Amino acid sequence: MTRARLHEAFTRTNRMFVSALPILLGMLLLVGMVVSILPRRFSHTLFSGQPFWDALEGALFGSVATGQPVTSYILGKGLLEADVSLTAVTALILSWVTVGTVQLPAESLFLGKRFALWRNAISFVLAVAISLLVTKTLLLLR
Amino acid sequence: MKPHRQENGSPAVKQGGSKRGGWIFLASVIGAYAALAVLSPVLAEKSARAFLHLAWSLLPVLLLVFAFLFLGNLLIRESFIRRYAGHSSGWLGYVFATVTGILSTGPIYVWYPLLADLKNKGMRETLIAVFLYNRAIKLPWLPVLASYFGLKYTLVLTCWMILGGLVEGLIMERIPKRPQRKQGVIDSS
Repeated sequence: MTRARLHEAFTRTNRMFVSALPILLGMLLLVGMVVSILPRRFSHTLFSGQPFWDALEGALFGSVATGQPVTSYILGKGLLEADVSLTAVTALILSWVTVGTVQLPAESLFLGKRFALWRNAISFVLAVAISLLVTKTLLLLR
Repeated sequence: MKPHRQENGSPAVKQGGSKRGGWIFLASVIGAYAALAVLSPVLAEKSARAFLHLAWSLLPVLLLVFAFLFLGNLLIRESFIRRYAGHSSGWLGYVFATVTGILSTGPIYVWYPLLADLKNKGMRETLIAVFLYNRAIKLPWLPVLASYFGLKYTLVLTCWMILGGLVEGLIMERIPKRPQRKQGVIDSS
């Protein structure tokens, strides 16, 4: 392993990390604010507690959001602390990383519109289904 | 709309814009804090305390993330992925698309040109879908997920996601194809 390769890997990692930093900090600040300001009742009006609808709403929210996956973890943790169900949070985390509404034009451009639309639609349905399955599995393992 | 190609063959993606976007986002949130501090200093202090608590708990994990990213950048080469994911080889192709998807790093749009290129060279759409789905499993960020939601949750979610990638690939394979027409805008020449 050459010194140049180590240097290249370090520089690339550093660049990735630094570019993610403002978004990370911003999300941490935002979640800190949301958790402190929003009354716990708010999440109950948005998420009913009914697993299927919670999953659907979580997936919808995650589909239109974009950014580093870690952002969805931070947001998900904040939502869990605000008493939102694990199913909704899981659907949000899943659709955040598998459904790319924002990237859809770029994906269509490179891989074809038909492919991009089908892939994102299937990913959305899977986000809902898997979030329900994860919760069920965790209940079984308890 | 056609992305112009750079000398290295990949379309020019305006990454500078997304970098600026991150700083604009951070500045906006700081602005919101400043506004909150004027309107309600108590709530602003409560929010700042919540932020510090979150940031402090994340700090050790971020160091681990940096180490994972470094190892990924050091050991995994794009040419390695290009060489093996390009071959369609039944279940082995699924396994390889899954593994390479999990190991791939960086923003998703960085991978579109390579995948478009591989598609034009004969890579199955199914494997592209499997690759893209498994990109959702971010090895470097798993410690953060585990520290927030627990190891059991992380393992269960990851297993279901791997299965989900497989299901997505199988569904994509069954979707009727249109008559052969050039898709995407990148040619492999």
